[in-house]
Amino acid sequence: MLELRPAGSWTAANVTRLEMLSGAVAAQLDRSKAVRLDMTGVRELDTLGAWLLEKMSRRAISAGHHADVVGVADNYAGLIEEVGCVNRHNPVPAPVLNPILVKVSDVGRAAIGAMEDLTVFLQMLGALCSAIYGVLRRPRSLRVTSLFYQLYKVGFLAIPIVVLITFLIGAIIAQQGIFHFRKFGADSYVVDMVGILVLRELGVLIVAIMVAGRSGSAYTAELGSMKMREEIDALSTMGLDPVEVLILPRIVALVCALPILTFIGSMAALYGGCLVAWFYGGMGPAIFIARLHDAVSVTSFEVGMIKAPFMALVIGIVACSEGLRVKGSAESLGKRTTTSVVKSIFLVIVLDGLFAVFFASVGM
Amino acid sequence: MPELTPQLAIRVSDLVVGFGRHVVIDHLSLDVRRGEILGLVGASGGGKSVLMRTIIGLIPRQSGTIEVMGAAIGDTHDRSNRNAAGRWGILFQQGALFSSLTVRQNVQFPLRENLVLSDTLMDEIATAKLEMVGLKPEDGDKFPAELSGGMTKRVALARALALDPAIVFLDEPTSGLDPIAAGDFDVLIKTLQKTLGLTVFMVTHDLASLNTVCDRVAALADGKIVAIGPMRELLQSEHPWVRAYFHGKRSLMLQPKAS
Repeated sequence: MLELRPAGSWTAANVTRLEMLSGAVAAQLDRSKAVRLDMTGVRELDTLGAWLLEKMSRRAISAGHHADVVGVADNYAGLIEEVGCVNRHNPVPAPVLNPILVKVSDVGRAAIGAMEDLTVFLQMLGALCSAIYGVLRRPRSLRVTSLFYQLYKVGFLAIPIVVLITFLIGAIIAQQGIFHFRKFGADSYVVDMVGILVLRELGVLIVAIMVAGRSGSAYTAELGSMKMREEIDALSTMGLDPVEVLILPRIVALVCALPILTFIGSMAALYGGCLVAWFYGGMGPAIFIARLHDAVSVTSFEVGMIKAPFMALVIGIVACSEGLRVKGSAESLGKRTTTSVVKSIFLVIVLDGLFAVFFASVGM
Repeated sequence: MPELTPQLAIRVSDLVVGFGRHVVIDHLSLDVRRGEILGLVGASGGGKSVLMRTIIGLIPRQSGTIEVMGAAIGDTHDRSNRNAAGRWGILFQQGALFSSLTVRQNVQFPLRENLVLSDTLMDEIATAKLEMVGLKPEDGDKFPAELSGGMTKRVALARALALDPAIVFLDEPTSGLDPIAAGDFDVLIKTLQKTLGLTVFMVTHDLASLNTVCDRVAALADGKIVAIGPMRELLQSEHPWVRAYFHGKRSLMLQPKAS
């Protein structure tokens, strides 16, 4: 016969000590034939304390012994009774999975996920095309205000940061070029390098990456929170096409803004290169411009500019479709925004590679 | 009962709260007795939630004192405030569950942050709380986004009760629930209040729950408590706003039951 006399405050505040106490009697509980819990000394009791006491008596009962709880104060009787009903059936433990199978299924899921991404992309492209067709048939349905507002946000407001970054990039390339070309007396060729690199590749690439991070993420977050607050559902129930109202102005604004930003960015990069060539390489602006005139053709400039709207389209479609895939939770919004930026930067670089192959084969 | 005046759980005296020049709570005094369920009614935008949020320290006050379980509550983000957090649990209107945690982790969160205890015990306590609010242990592995409105409220209540606080604040606990779910939730509040000996401070517009659950009802109008007492007394109140509230078209269904 084991008699336990818990006393004092059996409340959450003392949990560490209470857990130690109840752990200490566990061995005794298993050994003794009968247990008697005298609760007269318990001054305060809450769910946690009641559960610890209940666990002791359950342990005794499950070992086949007799357990007796006496001296429960009236105001705690309800609580003891309530706690006696909980944790009765244990939830089924999740089946242990074969780790190799898990890896294989992960690969399968990733492949299906990639297919799904492609479908979503094509779906959005199709929806966009049908929205454009609708706007062409009824030009008045184009949201002009929204379009200009978006153009202002993604285009005009992005100019300072685009100019700053591309200016620095142009300057750095020129500095590195002069530093290394000087070793074999070819420092004047730095103009060729800066000119071709900036106009063909870097200008558009840097600007597209910045726009993906700056405006693409904003698109995803905006559309995602609209989705969360059921604004998009509200639009569709009013008979409006969310693609036409929300997405078309955004993507069109991006397609218009990115070439302009690319042009401004390329000019800023050339300006940065020119300044470095002047102050660091000792090549005056007149010579720089004359050499630039010889080095780059209009083709280089065209190659860069042709790529810009396509990159904008990819960024816009990825950002908007990710935005529409946001589910109810705040976490999903964050995840989709990250995915949107990562995926659009990846696609921009892949697209740049494809264009390089294309232009090489047409001889531009 | 040995003492004539029952002990007070919350004591608010001469409280003033405002935003800029706009005074929301105007020299308000309110006492909540220990172990009662107090319902607070008031016009939408009339400062009910503001009063509740001021008591729990989320909104700074301009003047007045607030005592909870005999201890004065300091201004927002005060240290004394944080210590008081274990004394009360709050059920926010939308549940305010942490969306990145499962239901079980949500209920365990206050335990994990405030106490030192083993993982097994924490799991058992969380399951016990979930069962006490009428959920199945299996629901513990779901994420808040997968829950229905009624379940969200129940989980939020389980989280509010995780540390067995003496006082629970409920902000419109039955809003957005269908009458059956709302009725079940009322019963749940009443049962838990009895088993755990809680003091419940409830902001609500639900006339049915005011009628069935609340021991006393306080009416907030023009930034003051204009009437307080059991439902019967409030129905006889002469204050024009209280009359309009309880004797309007929507409240007529209460008449035969209460008189």
